[in-house]
Amino acid sequence: MTALNANPSTGPLKAPLSRAKVGMACLIFMESAFFSAFLVTYLYYIGKSPDGPQPLECLELNLVLINSVCLLSSSVTVVLAVRSLARGAMGAFRLWLAVTILLGLEFLLGTGYEWWGLIEDKGLTIQSNAFGTNFYSLVGFHAFHVFVGLVLLIGVFILSLFGCINPKRDHQRVDVATWYWHFVDVVWILVFTLVYIVGRVPQGAAA
Amino acid sequence: MQWAISVDHKKLAMMYIGAGLIFFLVGGIEAAFMRLQLAQAGNEVVDPATFNQLFTMHGTTMVFLVGMPILLGFGNYLIPLMVGARDMAFPRLNAFGFWLFIFGGLLLYFSYVGADGLYGAGTAPDVGWFAYAPLTSRTFSRGNSTDYWILGILVSGFGSMTTAINFIATILCMRCPGMKLMRMPMIAWMMLVVAFLVLVAIPILTAAQAMLLFDRTLGAHFFDPETQGSAILWQHLFWFFGHPEVYILILPAFGFVSEIMPTFSRKVLFGYPLMVAATVGIGFISLGVWAHHMFVVGLGPVLDSFFGATTFLISVPTGIKIFNWLGTMWGGRIQFTTPMLFVTGFVAMFVIGGLTGIMLATVPMTWQLSDSYFVVGHFHYVLFGGTVFGIFGALFYWFPKATGRLLDERLGKWTFWLLFIGFTLTFMPMHVSGALGMPRRVYTYEADRGFEIWNLISSIGVPVQMAGVALFLWNVVRTLRKGEVAGDDPWDAWTLEWGTSSPPPEWNFDRIPTCTSARPLWDRKHPEDPDAHYE
Amino acid sequence: MPAADGASAAAAQDVASPPVPPIPSAAPPPYTIKGSVAEMDAKLVVCDPDGPPVAGAGVTGIFAPESPPSREIRDLSYLVFGICIVIFVVVQGFLVVAIVRGVRARRAANRSAEEVSDEPVQIYGSIPIEIAWTVIPSIIVFVLTMVTIRTIRDIDITTAPEDSLEVVVIGHQWWWEFRYPGPDGEVVTANEMHVPVGRPVWLRLESADVIHSFWVPRLAGKMDLIPGRTNYTWFSADRKGIFLGQCAEYCGTQHAHMLIRVYADEPAEFETWLAEQRKPAVVDPSVEAGRRVFAEYACLNCHTIDGLSDGMFGPNLTHLASRNTIGSGFIPLDRDNLRAWIDDPNQLKPGCNMPSLKLDPTELDAVTDYLMTLH
Repeated sequence: MTALNANPSTGPLKAPLSRAKVGMACLIFMESAFFSAFLVTYLYYIGKSPDGPQPLECLELNLVLINSVCLLSSSVTVVLAVRSLARGAMGAFRLWLAVTILLGLEFLLGTGYEWWGLIEDKGLTIQSNAFGTNFYSLVGFHAFHVFVGLVLLIGVFILSLFGCINPKRDHQRVDVATWYWHFVDVVWILVFTLVYIVGRVPQGAAA
Repeated sequence: MQWAISVDHKKLAMMYIGAGLIFFLVGGIEAAFMRLQLAQAGNEVVDPATFNQLFTMHGTTMVFLVGMPILLGFGNYLIPLMVGARDMAFPRLNAFGFWLFIFGGLLLYFSYVGADGLYGAGTAPDVGWFAYAPLTSRTFSRGNSTDYWILGILVSGFGSMTTAINFIATILCMRCPGMKLMRMPMIAWMMLVVAFLVLVAIPILTAAQAMLLFDRTLGAHFFDPETQGSAILWQHLFWFFGHPEVYILILPAFGFVSEIMPTFSRKVLFGYPLMVAATVGIGFISLGVWAHHMFVVGLGPVLDSFFGATTFLISVPTGIKIFNWLGTMWGGRIQFTTPMLFVTGFVAMFVIGGLTGIMLATVPMTWQLSDSYFVVGHFHYVLFGGTVFGIFGALFYWFPKATGRLLDERLGKWTFWLLFIGFTLTFMPMHVSGALGMPRRVYTYEADRGFEIWNLISSIGVPVQMAGVALFLWNVVRTLRKGEVAGDDPWDAWTLEWGTSSPPPEWNFDRIPTCTSARPLWDRKHPEDPDAHYE
Repeated sequence: MPAADGASAAAAQDVASPPVPPIPSAAPPPYTIKGSVAEMDAKLVVCDPDGPPVAGAGVTGIFAPESPPSREIRDLSYLVFGICIVIFVVVQGFLVVAIVRGVRARRAANRSAEEVSDEPVQIYGSIPIEIAWTVIPSIIVFVLTMVTIRTIRDIDITTAPEDSLEVVVIGHQWWWEFRYPGPDGEVVTANEMHVPVGRPVWLRLESADVIHSFWVPRLAGKMDLIPGRTNYTWFSADRKGIFLGQCAEYCGTQHAHMLIRVYADEPAEFETWLAEQRKPAVVDPSVEAGRRVFAEYACLNCHTIDGLSDGMFGPNLTHLASRNTIGSGFIPLDRDNLRAWIDDPNQLKPGCNMPSLKLDPTELDAVTDYLMTLH
């Protein structure tokens, strides 16, 4: 109540939100909704594939664990990269970014190798049964998002090679771009838990 | 060419609305053919397959290519102007979203040529706008028509999502000095909630459509009952999108009413904070009512009761809005311009749609009325009597801002009355024929069950509505050529967009305005008694 | 699809085979269905003037219940409808009053003052009023929820009522299959369901292809038939008569012609009917030619005639002639209609799955005569 104040104060806005951050947060929110549909569907279909290859016999943890470690540690390296950029240490920034990219590439290649094995040796395809359908869709969409994140990071890396990244000006932009990478990691934790831990139950039993 | 490469939110908005209106005509013509076929029992105007394509395309068009783009278009036009910004937060993303929508719409309509190849031209999707599995599977839907449906909606859905991101970023980050959240025009609140709903709902649809696409093209088994796939899963996913979608289509219209009604009642919006709370409440509750579209799939008494209860619950915030509008009109000095006519018609019609909604939330009544013409009547009262009337009100209200010329009032009033009478003639009898047992989506019906007269009245309403729409188009053409010049503020209104020129310059405001209350222009016009005193 | 195949196969045949006899039906005039189901129904119930009507407004209406579930829904509907009418009158009343007052105030202001900028009193809100119109609707909604839940619990039962007759209803693209399981063997019929008056009928709903919905408004609310899932619903006809309904979930091209006819018979009549239906098909030597046509052509792939064929894709024809309709309830069964139907079902029911076998007129007559004997 600023009663009888002839010229009510306009009240300067508190430091306005960054639209880049809001935009990226919205994108992540939207992607979460997208993944939740696939996650819920996966959960729904656990134990509902009486025929065809079963998760317990198909999915092996060794390679996936290595992939997971790579992807999760890439979240750390990307943080280190952003911090280096904030300090203005371009060399360290490029180094950590490159490590992140390599870890991400390992994950993609590892997933590809895993799929190769599943298709060739175990005969699990998207057509096999509900398990195959859900497995390839969920893991595939995640891998696709890793790919998109990688394109983003590689873009930043190339720009930095050509000296187009200015620590002061672009620090926040790069930071926002890495949010996406973290998001992809978090999704992987959920996917991994669901597919490789919860989902490795004998199929057909629950149905 | 200037338009094609523009990233100006006003140009994009006008293209959104223009394209939406063109699709509105197309969808309307589809509906007219359906009504022609149903005018009498046993008519043979179109064959059954064509009829099924007509209602599928009509529904899909009206929801995704008319409702969404026009409302998003208004959001695009109004949000930066109303919150005092120079443009949207991401202008290029904005243009990208618009062109995705256009491409998606064209893709959907290309199905008429491409669904069965050039030799089978003339086929289009025929699975209904909610495309229940397994009717959409390769077994029951051959050819590519359903794939066109999936891809067209998928692509335009991406457009909607980018626009939603833009809305949120603009509203949260680009408001002019002094515009606190609780001083925003009601439309900005509505659009904020709508954008939030788009970001929750459309990705679910996208996911479901991706699954369907995998089923159809890669042989996956998401919705294939033969291999333990679930036909119900599609319904859950679709309606988890589909019900928020209804609110995506109606909330912006609520916003139009909340802006237009105060201006022509010459009173401030009654109960602004409660209105905001009701809007946010609707947004949240709307995420928990989806299975009321599924009362006849046999979910069991517990789930049916739960979703019945949440659906009743959502009528409370909706009711609050209607009462607040009545409170706004009460004691005002009402001036019945065309926009005011339309929003008053909106309130009257929406009340009917809301009450039939309460009947349909009564689960056992839905067991009888679901998938009958009663439902068709109900949602047309909401989406035509509600959304479309709101859109026409908004078109008449902001047309002078966008073009600098006032639409002709006399023609406008004729448009309103023709649309109002035609609408009532067409959709009121559907409640009766539904209660008499006529299912929806039938290309013909049995004689001697009492359906004939109601269907005939419904069909008679169509030319009346068409006359109204034709009059509106003529009005637009005439006004653009030699309409009355509007001036900056023809309605003596109170929100920021009326404080700049008509049409606004590309940069919107010469100086970024400042805002002292929810009605900044009121404060300017009444310095002796500004709104800021009452905050 | 089979229809399209049939057409294209026939077209191919036309090209391949030499034009020996000029086909008389090259451009046949479109066959118009003889009589109408409504007329037929009127004749059927002539002997029972007290029976429920079979034609006119309300025969499929929700406000003329003849069975406990639909009656309870009707009663609830009246209550909800009444509440909605009251709300409607109150809200629209306020709207009209607000408009009249507002317009008068505008006119008065225009007359009295030159100053147009003079505005009415600005009212920003009122906490008590706003609380009132939040709380009152909440109470109404609470009441509605409670009565709704009570009715749901009454109607949506999960186990079969005592002494009920179980009928399996299977939805097909665009016809209904009814199976009466029993210790003496299963009775299978199509599109016309017979039930005993006064005894609960427990329907087990399944689908052979896409989602359908079973809706006979005067007996019960609708319930979907979903592939890969079993639903249940029930009704109990109060009195003898014919109750009409149709598929209520869009299920493809001929969704409109997927009609249901429920015949409620006195219990003794019903038992007689069931016993008749359980008998194998009549073998009448005078129509042996038609029986041979049926067995030699593709008919037997889709249709079961007990003792002759066991196709499952189309309706069971063992007792076809005991039914009143063909084409899932929209064509009265008589010899001419049946002949036209067999000649080319797609002419009468465009898009339906039964192909035209292009029988020549003699074969057509023979097979029609044969089918007409299957009482």
